[in-house]
Amino acid sequence: MDAVEEFLRMGGYAAYVWPAFGVTAVLLVGLFSWSRISLKAAQRTLDLLQSTRRARRRNLDTATPDSDS
Amino acid sequence: MANMHRFANPARFVRIATALMPWLLGAMVIFFGAGLYMGLLTSPPDYQQGDSVRIMYVHVPAATLASGVYAFMAIASAVALIWRHPLADIAAKSAAPIGAVFTLIALVTGALWGQPTWGTWWVWDARLTSVLIMLFLYLGYMGLWEAFDDNRRAAKAAGILALVGAVNLPIIKFSVEWWNTLHQPASILRAGGPTIHPDLLTPLGLMWGGFLCFFAVVLIVRMRREIVARRIQALQTLYVADDGHAAAEA
Repeated sequence: MDAVEEFLRMGGYAAYVWPAFGVTAVLLVGLFSWSRISLKAAQRTLDLLQSTRRARRRNLDTATPDSDS
Repeated sequence: MANMHRFANPARFVRIATALMPWLLGAMVIFFGAGLYMGLLTSPPDYQQGDSVRIMYVHVPAATLASGVYAFMAIASAVALIWRHPLADIAAKSAAPIGAVFTLIALVTGALWGQPTWGTWWVWDARLTSVLIMLFLYLGYMGLWEAFDDNRRAAKAAGILALVGAVNLPIIKFSVEWWNTLHQPASILRAGGPTIHPDLLTPLGLMWGGFLCFFAVVLIVRMRREIVARRIQALQTLYVADDGHAAAEA
Protein backbone atom coordinates (compact mmCIF):
# COMPACT_ATOMS: atom_id res chain seq x y z
CA MET A 1 0.00 0.00 0.00
CA ASP A 2 2.89 2.37 0.83
CA ALA A 3 4.34 2.12 -2.67
CA VAL A 4 0.95 2.92 -4.20
CA GLU A 5 0.46 5.88 -1.85
CA GLU A 6 3.97 7.11 -2.69
CA PHE A 7 3.17 6.86 -6.37
CA LEU A 8 -0.14 8.73 -6.01
CA ARG A 9 1.51 11.43 -3.87
CA MET A 10 3.95 12.27 -6.68
CA GLY A 11 6.46 13.65 -4.18
CA GLY A 12 3.91 16.22 -3.00
CA TYR A 13 3.08 17.43 -6.50
CA ALA A 14 -0.03 15.26 -6.91
CA ALA A 15 -2.30 18.30 -7.25
CA TYR A 16 -0.40 19.32 -10.39
CA VAL A 17 0.72 16.05 -11.98
CA TRP A 18 -2.57 14.12 -11.92
CA PRO A 19 -4.77 16.94 -13.28
CA ALA A 20 -2.19 17.44 -16.05
CA PHE A 21 -2.36 13.80 -17.14
CA GLY A 22 -6.12 13.75 -16.52
CA VAL A 23 -6.87 16.77 -18.72
CA THR A 24 -4.66 15.29 -21.43
CA ALA A 25 -6.47 11.94 -21.32
CA VAL A 26 -9.94 13.54 -21.32
CA LEU A 27 -9.14 15.83 -24.27
CA LEU A 28 -7.48 13.10 -26.36
CA VAL A 29 -10.16 10.49 -25.70
CA GLY A 30 -12.87 13.10 -26.24
CA LEU A 31 -11.50 14.22 -29.61
CA PHE A 32 -11.00 10.63 -30.77
CA SER A 33 -14.52 9.60 -29.76
CA TRP A 34 -16.19 12.66 -31.24
CA SER A 35 -14.37 12.11 -34.53
CA ARG A 36 -15.36 8.44 -34.73
CA ILE A 37 -18.99 9.12 -33.86
CA SER A 38 -19.07 11.86 -36.49
CA LEU A 39 -17.72 9.47 -39.14
CA LYS A 40 -20.21 6.72 -38.27
CA ALA A 41 -23.15 9.15 -38.41
CA ALA A 42 -22.04 10.48 -41.79
CA GLN A 43 -21.65 6.95 -43.16
CA ARG A 44 -25.17 6.09 -42.00
CA THR A 45 -26.56 9.18 -43.75
CA LEU A 46 -24.67 8.35 -46.95
CA ASP A 47 -25.92 4.76 -46.97
CA LEU A 48 -29.47 5.99 -46.44
CA LEU A 49 -29.20 8.55 -49.24
CA GLN A 50 -27.66 6.05 -51.65
CA SER A 51 -30.27 3.36 -51.07
CA THR A 52 -33.14 5.88 -51.22
CA ARG A 53 -31.77 7.33 -54.44
CA ARG A 54 -31.56 3.87 -56.03
CA ALA A 55 -35.20 3.20 -55.07
CA ARG A 56 -36.34 6.59 -56.37
CA ARG A 57 -34.56 6.11 -59.71
CA ARG A 58 -36.18 2.70 -60.13
CA ASN A 59 -39.57 4.32 -59.52
CA LEU A 60 -38.83 7.11 -61.99
CA ASP A 61 -37.69 4.65 -64.68
CA THR A 62 -40.80 2.46 -64.33
CA ALA A 63 -43.10 5.46 -64.11
CA THR A 64 -42.28 7.10 -67.47
CA PRO A 65 -43.38 4.19 -69.81
CA ASP A 66 -46.85 4.32 -68.19
CA SER A 67 -47.22 8.05 -68.71
CA ASP A 68 -46.45 7.63 -72.44
CA SER A 69 -49.33 5.21 -73.09
CA MET B 1 -14.38 13.97 -66.22
CA ALA B 2 -13.60 16.61 -63.63
CA ASN B 3 -15.92 14.78 -61.24
CA MET B 4 -14.12 11.48 -61.77
CA HIS B 5 -10.76 13.07 -61.02
CA ARG B 6 -12.16 14.59 -57.85
CA PHE B 7 -13.26 11.26 -56.43
CA ALA B 8 -10.62 8.87 -57.76
CA ASN B 9 -7.96 10.06 -55.27
CA PRO B 10 -10.21 10.03 -52.19
CA ALA B 11 -11.23 6.42 -52.87
CA ARG B 12 -7.59 5.33 -53.03
CA PHE B 13 -6.75 7.37 -49.94
CA VAL B 14 -9.60 5.77 -47.96
CA ARG B 15 -8.43 2.25 -48.96
CA ILE B 16 -4.81 2.89 -47.94
CA ALA B 17 -5.76 4.79 -44.79
CA THR B 18 -8.17 2.10 -43.62
CA ALA B 19 -5.48 -0.55 -44.12
CA LEU B 20 -2.98 1.50 -42.09
CA MET B 21 -5.34 2.16 -39.19
CA PRO B 22 -4.80 -0.99 -37.09
CA TRP B 23 -1.01 -0.53 -37.31
CA LEU B 24 -1.22 3.13 -36.29
CA LEU B 25 -3.58 2.29 -33.43
CA GLY B 26 -1.29 -0.52 -32.27
CA ALA B 27 1.77 1.71 -32.44
CA MET B 28 -0.06 4.44 -30.53
CA VAL B 29 -1.04 2.05 -27.72
CA ILE B 30 2.51 0.72 -27.44
CA PHE B 31 4.08 4.20 -27.44
CA PHE B 32 1.66 5.57 -24.84
CA GLY B 33 1.84 2.40 -22.73
CA ALA B 34 5.63 2.31 -22.62
CA GLY B 35 5.90 6.09 -22.34
CA LEU B 36 3.49 6.31 -19.39
CA TYR B 37 5.10 3.33 -17.64
CA MET B 38 8.53 4.87 -17.90
CA GLY B 39 7.40 8.46 -17.46
CA LEU B 40 5.26 7.92 -14.38
CA LEU B 41 7.01 4.94 -12.74
CA THR B 42 10.58 4.16 -13.68
CA SER B 43 12.11 7.48 -14.72
CA PRO B 44 13.75 9.50 -11.93
CA PRO B 45 12.37 12.72 -10.42
CA ASP B 46 14.27 15.92 -11.10
CA TYR B 47 16.76 17.06 -8.43
CA GLN B 48 15.13 20.52 -8.39
CA GLN B 49 11.55 20.00 -9.58
CA GLY B 50 10.91 16.61 -8.01
CA ASP B 51 8.04 14.60 -9.49
CA SER B 52 6.45 17.69 -11.08
CA VAL B 53 8.94 17.19 -13.93
CA ARG B 54 6.76 14.27 -15.07
CA ILE B 55 4.32 16.82 -16.50
CA MET B 56 6.98 17.29 -19.18
CA TYR B 57 5.96 13.93 -20.66
CA VAL B 58 2.59 15.33 -21.79
CA HIS B 59 3.45 19.03 -22.03
CA VAL B 60 6.44 18.85 -24.40
CA PRO B 61 5.01 16.41 -26.98
CA ALA B 62 1.71 18.32 -27.07
CA ALA B 63 3.46 21.66 -27.44
CA THR B 64 5.90 20.65 -30.16
CA LEU B 65 3.24 18.79 -32.13
CA ALA B 66 0.84 21.72 -31.76
CA SER B 67 3.29 23.71 -33.88
CA GLY B 68 4.00 20.69 -36.07
CA VAL B 69 0.33 20.20 -36.90
CA TYR B 70 0.00 23.90 -37.69
CA ALA B 71 2.90 23.58 -40.14
CA PHE B 72 1.14 20.56 -41.68
CA MET B 73 -2.05 22.60 -41.97
CA ALA B 74 -0.22 25.53 -43.58
CA ILE B 75 1.60 23.32 -46.10
CA ALA B 76 -1.60 21.46 -46.98
CA SER B 77 -3.36 24.82 -47.46
CA ALA B 78 -0.57 25.99 -49.76
CA VAL B 79 -0.83 22.78 -51.80
CA ALA B 80 -4.60 23.24 -52.02
CA LEU B 81 -4.30 26.86 -53.13
CA ILE B 82 -1.48 26.31 -55.65
CA TRP B 83 -2.08 22.84 -57.10
CA ARG B 84 -5.76 22.32 -56.24
CA HIS B 85 -5.08 18.74 -55.09
CA PRO B 86 -8.51 17.47 -54.01
CA LEU B 87 -7.36 16.02 -50.71
CA ALA B 88 -5.15 18.91 -49.59
CA ASP B 89 -7.80 21.21 -48.13
CA ILE B 90 -9.57 18.18 -46.63
CA ALA B 91 -6.31 17.29 -44.89
CA ALA B 92 -5.86 20.83 -43.59
CA LYS B 93 -9.44 21.07 -42.33
CA SER B 94 -9.19 17.68 -40.64
CA ALA B 95 -5.90 18.50 -38.91
CA ALA B 96 -7.06 21.76 -37.31
CA PRO B 97 -9.10 20.44 -34.35
CA ILE B 98 -6.25 18.05 -33.47
CA GLY B 99 -3.74 20.90 -33.44
CA ALA B 100 -6.12 23.02 -31.37
CA VAL B 101 -6.49 20.24 -28.78
CA PHE B 102 -2.70 19.76 -28.63
CA THR B 103 -2.28 23.52 -28.10
CA LEU B 104 -4.88 23.51 -25.33
CA ILE B 105 -3.15 20.56 -23.64
CA ALA B 106 0.17 22.42 -23.88
CA LEU B 107 -1.28 25.56 -22.29
CA VAL B 108 -3.13 23.77 -19.47
CA THR B 109 -0.34 21.34 -18.58
CA GLY B 110 2.11 24.21 -18.88
CA ALA B 111 0.14 26.21 -16.32
CA LEU B 112 -0.01 23.18 -14.00
CA TRP B 113 3.76 22.79 -14.36
CA GLY B 114 4.45 26.50 -14.05
CA GLN B 115 2.67 27.06 -10.74
CA PRO B 116 4.92 24.80 -8.59
CA THR B 117 8.02 25.62 -10.66
CA TRP B 118 7.76 29.38 -11.29
CA GLY B 119 5.15 30.29 -8.72
CA THR B 120 2.65 31.45 -11.35
CA TRP B 121 -0.04 29.86 -13.54
CA TRP B 122 0.50 32.31 -16.37
CA VAL B 123 2.77 35.06 -17.57
CA TRP B 124 2.58 37.13 -20.73
CA ASP B 125 6.05 36.18 -21.92
CA ALA B 126 6.86 35.66 -25.60
CA ARG B 127 6.60 31.86 -25.58
CA LEU B 128 3.29 31.55 -23.75
CA THR B 129 1.70 34.49 -25.58
CA SER B 130 2.69 33.25 -29.05
CA VAL B 131 1.32 29.77 -28.29
CA LEU B 132 -1.96 31.31 -27.08
CA ILE B 133 -2.11 33.25 -30.35
CA MET B 134 -1.63 29.96 -32.22
CA LEU B 135 -4.70 28.62 -30.39
CA PHE B 136 -6.72 31.64 -31.59
CA LEU B 137 -5.45 31.05 -35.13
CA TYR B 138 -6.61 27.43 -34.98
CA LEU B 139 -10.05 28.50 -33.74
CA GLY B 140 -10.27 31.23 -36.39
CA TYR B 141 -9.31 28.73 -39.08
CA MET B 142 -12.00 26.31 -37.95
CA GLY B 143 -14.53 29.15 -37.72
CA LEU B 144 -13.86 30.24 -41.32
CA TRP B 145 -14.73 26.77 -42.61
CA GLU B 146 -18.11 27.06 -40.89
CA ALA B 147 -18.70 30.63 -42.05
CA PHE B 148 -19.08 29.85 -45.77
CA ASP B 149 -21.77 27.76 -47.48
CA ASP B 150 -19.48 27.11 -50.45
CA ASN B 151 -16.63 24.69 -49.65
CA ARG B 152 -14.28 26.25 -52.19
CA ARG B 153 -14.69 29.76 -50.76
CA ALA B 154 -14.24 28.42 -47.23
CA ALA B 155 -11.10 26.53 -48.25
CA LYS B 156 -9.59 29.65 -49.80
CA ALA B 157 -10.31 31.94 -46.86
CA ALA B 158 -9.20 29.41 -44.26
CA GLY B 159 -6.11 28.53 -46.29
CA ILE B 160 -5.04 32.14 -46.48
CA LEU B 161 -5.45 32.53 -42.72
CA ALA B 162 -3.37 29.38 -42.16
CA LEU B 163 -0.57 30.71 -44.36
CA VAL B 164 -0.55 34.21 -42.88
CA GLY B 165 -0.59 32.74 -39.37
CA ALA B 166 2.41 30.55 -40.19
CA VAL B 167 4.65 33.55 -39.47
CA ASN B 168 3.89 32.76 -35.83
CA LEU B 169 5.78 29.46 -36.01
CA PRO B 170 9.37 30.78 -36.05
CA ILE B 171 8.26 33.31 -33.42
CA ILE B 172 7.14 30.47 -31.15
CA LYS B 173 10.32 28.49 -31.74
CA PHE B 174 12.78 31.36 -31.27
CA SER B 175 10.80 33.34 -28.69
CA VAL B 176 12.91 31.90 -25.87
CA GLU B 177 16.07 33.14 -27.61
CA TRP B 178 14.92 36.50 -28.96
CA TRP B 179 13.23 37.71 -25.77
CA ASN B 180 13.71 37.44 -22.02
CA THR B 181 11.19 34.75 -21.23
CA LEU B 182 10.15 33.01 -18.04
CA HIS B 183 9.75 29.88 -20.17
CA GLN B 184 13.05 28.05 -20.32
CA PRO B 185 15.22 27.97 -23.46
CA ALA B 186 15.36 24.98 -25.83
CA SER B 187 16.70 21.79 -24.27
CA ILE B 188 16.37 19.32 -27.15
CA LEU B 189 16.58 20.84 -30.61
CA ARG B 190 19.45 23.19 -30.01
CA ALA B 191 23.04 23.75 -31.18
CA GLY B 192 25.21 21.36 -29.17
CA GLY B 193 22.52 18.71 -28.77
CA PRO B 194 20.01 17.93 -26.04
CA THR B 195 20.67 18.92 -22.46
CA ILE B 196 18.13 16.47 -21.06
CA HIS B 197 19.41 13.23 -19.51
CA PRO B 198 18.69 10.03 -21.51
CA ASP B 199 16.69 8.66 -18.56
CA LEU B 200 14.19 11.42 -19.22
CA LEU B 201 14.68 11.65 -22.98
CA THR B 202 13.52 8.06 -23.62
CA PRO B 203 10.03 8.32 -22.07
CA LEU B 204 9.75 11.76 -23.66
CA GLY B 205 10.46 10.26 -27.09
CA LEU B 206 7.96 7.45 -26.50
CA MET B 207 5.21 9.88 -25.51
CA TRP B 208 6.08 12.01 -28.55
CA GLY B 209 5.59 8.90 -30.71
CA GLY B 210 2.23 8.27 -29.06
CA PHE B 211 1.01 11.80 -29.74
CA LEU B 212 2.22 11.56 -33.35
CA CYS B 213 0.36 8.29 -33.93
CA PHE B 214 -2.71 9.84 -32.29
CA PHE B 215 -2.53 12.69 -34.81
CA ALA B 216 -2.28 10.22 -37.72
CA VAL B 217 -5.20 8.10 -36.47
CA VAL B 218 -7.56 11.00 -35.81
CA LEU B 219 -6.51 12.74 -39.03
CA ILE B 220 -7.54 9.69 -41.03
CA VAL B 221 -10.88 9.40 -39.22
CA ARG B 222 -11.63 13.09 -39.78
CA MET B 223 -10.55 13.02 -43.44
CA ARG B 224 -12.77 10.00 -44.08
CA ARG B 225 -15.67 11.80 -42.47
CA GLU B 226 -15.06 14.90 -44.60
CA ILE B 227 -14.93 12.81 -47.79
CA VAL B 228 -18.24 11.16 -46.86
CA ALA B 229 -19.77 14.56 -46.05
CA ARG B 230 -18.84 15.88 -49.51
CA ARG B 231 -20.28 12.79 -51.14
CA ILE B 232 -23.52 13.47 -49.24
CA GLN B 233 -23.53 17.08 -50.49
CA ALA B 234 -22.95 15.89 -54.07
CA LEU B 235 -25.80 13.38 -53.80
CA GLN B 236 -28.16 15.99 -52.40
CA THR B 237 -27.39 18.19 -55.41
CA LEU B 238 -28.18 15.24 -57.70
CA TYR B 239 -31.45 14.68 -55.83
CA VAL B 240 -32.51 18.16 -56.91
CA ALA B 241 -31.54 17.31 -60.48
CA ASP B 242 -33.53 14.06 -60.30
CA ASP B 243 -36.59 15.96 -59.12
CA GLY B 244 -36.07 18.44 -61.94
CA HIS B 245 -35.98 15.64 -64.54
CA ALA B 246 -39.11 14.04 -63.12
CA ALA B 247 -40.93 17.35 -63.27
CA ALA B 248 -39.77 17.93 -66.86
CA GLU B 249 -40.92 14.50 -68.02
CA ALA B 250 -44.31 14.65 -66.28
